[in-house]
Amino acid sequence: MSEQIPIHKGLFTWPSSRPQLLGSRCKQCGETAFPAQVDCRSCSGRDTEVVELGDRGTLWTWTIQTFMPKQPYHSDETEASFRPYGVGYVEMPGGVRVEARLEPSTREQLAIGMPMQLNIVPFRTDASGNQIMTFSFSAVEEDQAWK
Amino acid sequence: MEVAIIGIGLHRFGRSPDMSGLQQGAAAVRAALADAGLSWKDMQFAYGGSQDAGNADSLVNELGLTSLQFTNIWNGCATGGSSLHAAYSAIKSGQYDLGVVVGFDKHPRGAFNPQPADWGLDDWYGETGLMLTTQFFAMKIQRYMHDHGISEDALVRVSEKAFANGSLTPTAWRQQPLSYADIANSAMVSDPLRKYMFCSPAEGGAALILCNADKARQFTRKPLLLKAAAVRTRHYGSFEVFAPSQAMHVADAPTVTASRMAFELAGIGPEDVDVMQLQDTDSGTEIIHMAENGFCEHGEQEQLLRDGATQIGGRMPVNTDGGCLANGEPVGASGLRQVYEVCVQLRGEGGARQVPNDPAVGYTHVYGAPGVSGVNIITR
Ligand SMILES: [Zn+2]
Repeated sequence: MSEQIPIHKGLFTWPSSRPQLLGSRCKQCGETAFPAQVDCRSCSGRDTEVVELGDRGTLWTWTIQTFMPKQPYHSDETEASFRPYGVGYVEMPGGVRVEARLEPSTREQLAIGMPMQLNIVPFRTDASGNQIMTFSFSAVEEDQAWK
Repeated sequence: MEVAIIGIGLHRFGRSPDMSGLQQGAAAVRAALADAGLSWKDMQFAYGGSQDAGNADSLVNELGLTSLQFTNIWNGCATGGSSLHAAYSAIKSGQYDLGVVVGFDKHPRGAFNPQPADWGLDDWYGETGLMLTTQFFAMKIQRYMHDHGISEDALVRVSEKAFANGSLTPTAWRQQPLSYADIANSAMVSDPLRKYMFCSPAEGGAALILCNADKARQFTRKPLLLKAAAVRTRHYGSFEVFAPSQAMHVADAPTVTASRMAFELAGIGPEDVDVMQLQDTDSGTEIIHMAENGFCEHGEQEQLLRDGATQIGGRMPVNTDGGCLANGEPVGASGLRQVYEVCVQLRGEGGARQVPNDPAVGYTHVYGAPGVSGVNIITR
């Protein structure tokens, strides 16, 4: 039976009913990194811990990828089936801005400052039929915004 | 002791289907030697580099096996700037009097496709389509426009100027001016940047002959002085390309640091510069770099562009040869093309694109992956 497998270990909690992005926080200077790393880019310390960064954030900047990237891009798409996707940095409550694919993919749907919601989504299928999962953000729907 | 530039050479940018990248580098060296009235055997040292066209020190197979010190330099988009910095230091130290720097490249068509492992990143980052320089530059200008009130009009005006200047530059790749409407209506590549707002990977070569300034007058009546060469990398918090995350606090870009260091070395300020080359990977970066290099405040670019201040006849001419937008970007050669153009302007040899009123101080700036910047200041 096919499984859902994260594209890389340690990027997000999975499986989970409410997945969170994972990063690291420096115990010396308090700065946060994504993905988690043992070394601190801010103070050169080596004492960091893995922390949850949250599953909601606000959009700090964005663009739209209109053409299919060359290798190392590795999806199931062909030039014919490629669909433009959004890319942005999402400001997370965990204290870092994370670069991610965005599900909104037109300029009308995207604005700096809009609330965003983390999703763990199938990205491609591997040779054994497993779904390779990655993270992306979508707009927070109106009725969820206040929760 | 000071460092002089006594010879400049360029192999035209664009496409040279019958020449390898190395041959284009050799052509640039020969042109620079001829300009200085020197021969390859006079060179005591060389620094050079390319991204995709081979090891620069293989040039000795074309130019001659003279046993000189030849050091390959590879430093991303700052490769040319780093070669020049190394040569500047070699002469300043007193070790050598005379040498050459060379940059060349020949890239495959289409966007660059960097590999995550080469940049210390895991494969998922490239596989999921986040590792494109075009995306980064689009996101940087998107935020910048939001913070500083820059409009799409400014992006169009930068490209319009670039192609107008390219049409006046015999060595430029893009020789056709484009109208405001051509640019404003071109396909959206990476919002807010359109097709004619991005430079393309290309081919070409550039070389400079450097000399101890005390001895420069043996070779030329009009040596130029390389007053400063600075290369700096990113700070924690700089908003940079190939970064899966960014700190909440945005720190100065490496451009700001390199620029300050160069002005300090030269003992002058931005107000003293008569002609400048600012990295224009896309039209947005030229706008950002005007302020990051100290030539205006953030947000003033909108009005400056509307007033034509950065045009050849304006009060702060930027990218007089059409910059990367009109010349394309052979990564290894690009930074040295900038210095070549500033030297042409300071010598008064710019022809149709000559900046009026005898410019005396020139400035060049590169910026690129993964957050590295090089600045040079050249005077008469
Ligand atoms: Zn730290």
